[in-house]
Amino acid sequence: MASVPRSFLLLSIIPTILILCADFACCNTGRKTGDGLDTDFSGFSVPLEHSFEVDDVSRFRMRGALQLRGGRETSVSLSQSQLSEEDRNTLKEVAAVDGLYKIRVPRVSLTDRQTERQMDGYLTAFVRACSLVESHLSDVITLHTDVSGYLIGVSIVTIPGACRGTEVEDEVDLEAFNTTLTIIVPTNAPQPETALFIERMDIEHEKRGKPQEQKSFFAKYWYLILGGAIFLMASSSAQPSAGGAEEQQS
Amino acid sequence: MSKPTSLFVIFFSLFVMSEAVFEDQVGKFDWRQQYVGKTLFAHFDSHSQSSKKLFLATDKNIFASFNSRTGELFWRHVDKAGPEGTIDILLLHGQGDNSGRLLRSWDTNMGGLNWEAVLDTGSFQAACFVAMQDTVKHVAVLKKAAISLHYLTNGHQKWVENLPDSDTVQYQAVYSGGEEEVYVLGVVPNSHLTIIAYSLEDGEIIKQVTWSRTLCVVVGHGVLMCVDTATLALYVDTLVCNRLYIPVLVSSQPHPARSPISEFFLQLGPDHHVLLQLNADGYTIAPLRDFQPSDVFPPQLYVHAFLKKDDSVGYRVLVQTQDHALTFIQQPGRVVWTREEALADVVTMEMVDLPLTGTQAELEGEFGKKADGLFPMVLKRLSSQVILLQAWLAHLWKLFYEARKPHGQVKNEVTIETLSRDEFNLQKMMVMVTASGKLFGIDSKSGSILWKHYLENVQPNAVFKLIVQRTTAHFPHPPQCTLLIKDKDTGLASLHVFNPIFGRKSHIAPPALPRPILQSLLLPVIDQDYAKVLLLVDDQYKVTAFPSTKNVLQQLQEMASSIFFYLIRSDQGNLSGFRLRKDLSTERIWEVVLPTEVQKIVAVNGKRPNEHVHSQGRVMGDRSVLYKYLNPNLLAVVTESTDAHPERAFVGVFLVDGVTGRIIHEAVQRKARGPVHFVHSENWVVYEYWNTKSRRNEFSVLELFEGTELYNSTVFSSLDRPHLPQVLQQTYIFPSPITTMEATLTEKGITSRHLLVGLPSGAILSLPKMFLDPRRPEVVTEHSREENLIPYAPEMPIRTEWFINYNQTVARVKGIYTAPSGLESTCLVVAYGLDIYQTRVYPSKQFDVLKDDYDYVLISSVLFALFFATMISKRLAQVKLLNRAWR
Repeated sequence: MASVPRSFLLLSIIPTILILCADFACCNTGRKTGDGLDTDFSGFSVPLEHSFEVDDVSRFRMRGALQLRGGRETSVSLSQSQLSEEDRNTLKEVAAVDGLYKIRVPRVSLTDRQTERQMDGYLTAFVRACSLVESHLSDVITLHTDVSGYLIGVSIVTIPGACRGTEVEDEVDLEAFNTTLTIIVPTNAPQPETALFIERMDIEHEKRGKPQEQKSFFAKYWYLILGGAIFLMASSSAQPSAGGAEEQQS
Repeated sequence: MSKPTSLFVIFFSLFVMSEAVFEDQVGKFDWRQQYVGKTLFAHFDSHSQSSKKLFLATDKNIFASFNSRTGELFWRHVDKAGPEGTIDILLLHGQGDNSGRLLRSWDTNMGGLNWEAVLDTGSFQAACFVAMQDTVKHVAVLKKAAISLHYLTNGHQKWVENLPDSDTVQYQAVYSGGEEEVYVLGVVPNSHLTIIAYSLEDGEIIKQVTWSRTLCVVVGHGVLMCVDTATLALYVDTLVCNRLYIPVLVSSQPHPARSPISEFFLQLGPDHHVLLQLNADGYTIAPLRDFQPSDVFPPQLYVHAFLKKDDSVGYRVLVQTQDHALTFIQQPGRVVWTREEALADVVTMEMVDLPLTGTQAELEGEFGKKADGLFPMVLKRLSSQVILLQAWLAHLWKLFYEARKPHGQVKNEVTIETLSRDEFNLQKMMVMVTASGKLFGIDSKSGSILWKHYLENVQPNAVFKLIVQRTTAHFPHPPQCTLLIKDKDTGLASLHVFNPIFGRKSHIAPPALPRPILQSLLLPVIDQDYAKVLLLVDDQYKVTAFPSTKNVLQQLQEMASSIFFYLIRSDQGNLSGFRLRKDLSTERIWEVVLPTEVQKIVAVNGKRPNEHVHSQGRVMGDRSVLYKYLNPNLLAVVTESTDAHPERAFVGVFLVDGVTGRIIHEAVQRKARGPVHFVHSENWVVYEYWNTKSRRNEFSVLELFEGTELYNSTVFSSLDRPHLPQVLQQTYIFPSPITTMEATLTEKGITSRHLLVGLPSGAILSLPKMFLDPRRPEVVTEHSREENLIPYAPEMPIRTEWFINYNQTVARVKGIYTAPSGLESTCLVVAYGLDIYQTRVYPSKQFDVLKDDYDYVLISSVLFALFFATMISKRLAQVKLLNRAWR
């Protein structure tokens, strides 16, 4: 039992080293070109590593390189190589024992390049190896950042996500990853919508007010008041003469 | 025309039932108990012989008065929590004072505040009453650098004097013996002693003496007793003490106008006291009695001795024991009352169903046992039926017997023997864990303490977690609770396994835990004795199972690959997930790191495991269904920014899947800071925060929906949910700060949910979840009206009829616990803090219960009348038919 994984280990070390060498070179070039082109929103690349072992002990090796571009519009792209013959076999074996396929990326900041080196540690995520095999290596990798641009988490899901135990046609399906890569920044939670509410209240108020038109007292009853006033004036103009008549009488 | 309208009125009035309690319902389903905490100062009201008042100041910053006959509270003043409200001293002379930054005088009868005086800054040292010719007129307050004298009648300052050399001399005591002088005592450690006498009239220094002794009290007539801490010697009579313990002197001065008693205590060790007497010559000391360590001294003892009518000495003792129980003892050693003040600091609690009665258990047992032939089974059934009949007859006899007694005498005393589950499981056992390490079993119906158990050797900084491993549902096996006690500093933990109904310690030996425990989780796996398995993860990520029988270990091995758990290190901002391996070791499978430079994790909350969600989705106005995202593994992680600037501060809310570590949602509430209170349940999270810009409290609600189609309707698996849910969020203004929050919980989850919000005023608000719904429309449409959505309003109302505890305020609410009852409509609520309040709430009204005043007579008479009417009309119809046939 123990001898089988050991032989696999030996086999798998060689290609890993090769991939590592290739990717370090890739990282270097990526940085150089980025620095040369644009100093502010320069892209840089970080390694994306994966691990799938029959005995479930993590041994991460290079899967590809993530090209990150910080700044106002964060964007990300991934360049990755195909799975080797050995990797394909290992993956299928891991899937058979319901093992896990893990990925990890180093903790980096997308905006602040100084702190990139200070942070140590990785962000890890996993998916069941069988679902990866059954989905023909079509996975969705999501990178999450916090408000200040630090990578805080990574997640991987496959589509479809279920393990149904269906047999996978060899070689062609398990050669290249079909990866969808997204980067998610935190959404701003809403504030209480006071302005809109007040506006709406005003509109409602106006609507309700329109048919009545909230006329002033005088505007409503001007004719009555006017009529009354005329009547009063008429009567008062009649009265003095009467009064005068009285005075004259006394 | 008028008839239908009146019918409508009746119909609607049924719906618009009042949510508040009626006056005659007060205290019927609820109770409150008030506590004060651990006593720091106690005084007997020695003014008159018949006085039954007792004054206490406690570590919870409470000043209270008790009835010394019954132990009931007369009145209570709850001061500010924390160091701001700390009571430094309580002096008593007709009026009570407590002082710190403030000097206050209280009326002892009513508890009203007489006056309050603001003192100068400076750390408080001592205070005493100053009397002249047997009348107390002033109070002297000694601060670190000043002494002040205040009038007792109105609190005005008579004079204040700076103490000489206050930077070198530590002033410790202030004393007045009824003359025109006030003595202040200062000590320069290992050097000398200063005594300053001030004139009472104008605060002038009359004389100043220095003395080369330290640590003193006043004994006898103005004579000082001093202990030199350097040589551990007592002045005059040298008592050499071998232990490394600073001797403490205790003396008593019964009246401020008279000299202290010449007998005094010298405490040589933590439990070694010597009673000494100063002889009449004023220079020699005679030991009266040596209290050896075997004579156990409780932590605090307050004795009140008095002369009885026949001139014999009587005494009353107030004992404060280590478990925070306050006991009042009278002369012949009779315990008058005991108050369990440990309940003022409840840390966590659980509610456990009561066991079945003997007869019910007998029936249950019959089904539980294995079948052994037809005939024995029939016999067993018959015998249990006979027992049931017996019990029923006994019950009838009891009813008949009690019916003859006058009504007042019939009172069902709840004892531990008569405990049994009621029809609707409304009565439960409340298991409460207090900070002092004392456990209580309280009957939820009456509030009486049925059992208590004091755990010794519990560190003051211990963290408790109470886990119900086996409920009462598995009859021959007793219910089992496990308390995980963890030292906060070292992380070392121990388990206390007990029966929650009787409080007895279980005979099951808990596993030894040599390493610090990081996480504990209760698995749904049960062993052959129906106890759920508790997994404990230590700091090397090794797992210990309890119980760890062979059966359990085998089950764990089989299920290992599907047991996931998470660990959170808030100091590193690290969230990580682990999977169990077959050999009970673990492997780390995911990791999320929130940089601590930006934000720190303040709280993490999963969902309650006993929560049921009845409906999978919500029917919308257009008859389509919006399915809820019901992920049982979802964690709500709340963070606060390290930057406290009001413009840049924020509160982060992360929804993380506990199995895969996938961040489901990530939201940032800008210009906000904590304290954040939140509830996570069903498919929603409600949180409350402080808006720094608008300076107000706000509520925000997040709801998660899968959409109009379910991905996999049969089972939910975190490993197979590739699509992220839709997240809806809305925010409201809440007009009050809050102290705690919890959601109601019912048996099947059919009843609509309410949020129970504890307010600082002591009220508990039952806020319908309907008001916190992110789908509340801004503009009312036909669909939203169909769905019964309330139009959006930015301000959340607080209606006084929503207060479930009407005027029974719960001081300093710390937590609210909810438990389902056997009735779907009813949820049991316990609010705890300084007080404990228990009640029932009906979020959707009592739809499954007939009302108290239901008219049984009317309904049955109507039924009978209809029955007879049908019978008669049938007969008449038959006769008529017969007649017609003859015609």
